[in-house]
Amino acid sequence: MRNLNFGYGISRPRAVDLDTNDLRKGLDIIAEMPELQACIGCGSCTASCTAGNITDFNFRKLHTAVRRGEYKGVYEALGKCMLCGKCRLVCPRGINTRAVVMLIKRKLGDF
Amino acid sequence: MAHRVVIVGGGAAGMQTALELKSRGIEPVIVERNIELGGKAKGWHKLFPSFVSAADVMQPLALKVKSERIRCFYGQEVSEIAPDGVMLRSKERIPADAVVVATGFTLFDAHRKQEYGYGLYDNVITSVDLERMMNSGCVSLADGTEPKRIAILHCVGSRDEKVGQKHCSKVCCITGVKQAIELKQLFPTADVFNFYMDMRMFGPGYEELYREAQERYNVHFVRGRISEAAETINKRIQIKAEDTLTGRPLRMTVDMLVLLVGMSANYENPALAATAGLDLAPNGYFKAVDTFLGAVRSQREGIFFAGAVTAPKSLADTLAEASLTASAVDDYLKRKFNLR
Repeated sequence: MRNLNFGYGISRPRAVDLDTNDLRKGLDIIAEMPELQACIGCGSCTASCTAGNITDFNFRKLHTAVRRGEYKGVYEALGKCMLCGKCRLVCPRGINTRAVVMLIKRKLGDF
Repeated sequence: MAHRVVIVGGGAAGMQTALELKSRGIEPVIVERNIELGGKAKGWHKLFPSFVSAADVMQPLALKVKSERIRCFYGQEVSEIAPDGVMLRSKERIPADAVVVATGFTLFDAHRKQEYGYGLYDNVITSVDLERMMNSGCVSLADGTEPKRIAILHCVGSRDEKVGQKHCSKVCCITGVKQAIELKQLFPTADVFNFYMDMRMFGPGYEELYREAQERYNVHFVRGRISEAAETINKRIQIKAEDTLTGRPLRMTVDMLVLLVGMSANYENPALAATAGLDLAPNGYFKAVDTFLGAVRSQREGIFFAGAVTAPKSLADTLAEASLTASAVDDYLKRKFNLR
């Protein structure tokens, strides 16, 4: 009886839950590169991104997720970045986006 | 004998300050770098948010300066300022009892954002070029045809560390909305896209105009900064941005790209400030005592500010501030000469 499958499951909430998310890694990353907090979400990085133009890679979304304590899949997704640095050239806030990619990968490597 | 106040700059701020001082029985003297009064607002087509003609605001000011017989030095640049007068580059000194710095701002040079191709591509223009085109009654592509698809890019030379312009220029958002509406009025069948990072509709009637642009004129607003523009073989402009609200890269080809250029501090500000021992704000503008009761006073008694010399300001803000400057100068002179 216990294994009866009715085709239903329980959906996990989609909300970013700042009560339960562990923000420590995100705060750690910000402590090392405070300039990341200057992001105004203009999307220049994603617009210039070669990986983003052919896959669903989106640097703006990824680093924002990390800062919200949403780490799942981020390390793997950052593997798509080819470190070409075009995003750094266009960032109006002067953020060293390339270094941010490396930093997040380093911090989440053991996650 | 009336006390004399030298006003550096004969734009909207300088003229309004001069007129207000005159009405208070003070003798204003305007030193203008160009050969005529009017500053940046001269030659502008219409003003936000009411679409009043800029000439209807600026011409009466200039005419009144003339009819009030306010003394003006034309084609003269000021090389030194002090509370007791200014020195012209021609080495002539104009003594005064107080000085008002109303030298305004410098338009951001769009060539510096090379990725947008201003000066390289025929159909990439600035908001100022568009304003001049509208004023001359002829808005068209470089080949004389009508644009069918137009992109307007906000924040060119504003909020951009890469060109050393960290500040918000304040007036471009609403100018972008105004120009989008004017383009739709000129070309009702054209599609107009505004690419923005944030829409800062801070003034009275601005938010309403934004909504009118969306609902009545069907202007498309895309949240994302254009990262680069390239010319196609048929002289159209291909642009790339991220549509940040869907999180996907966006590309499109337009007939015309309008760059909303921001306001920069004048290049002469550091040298001029040094002659008076004044500090500049980090963004290069002159620094007022504070933004509340000391908004038009400098750190030195006898030197005052009016208009966009202290920060980007709209024409309305500038005119309002100029009256405040005149009142502050009047107060100062009364105190100085014990006229109370």
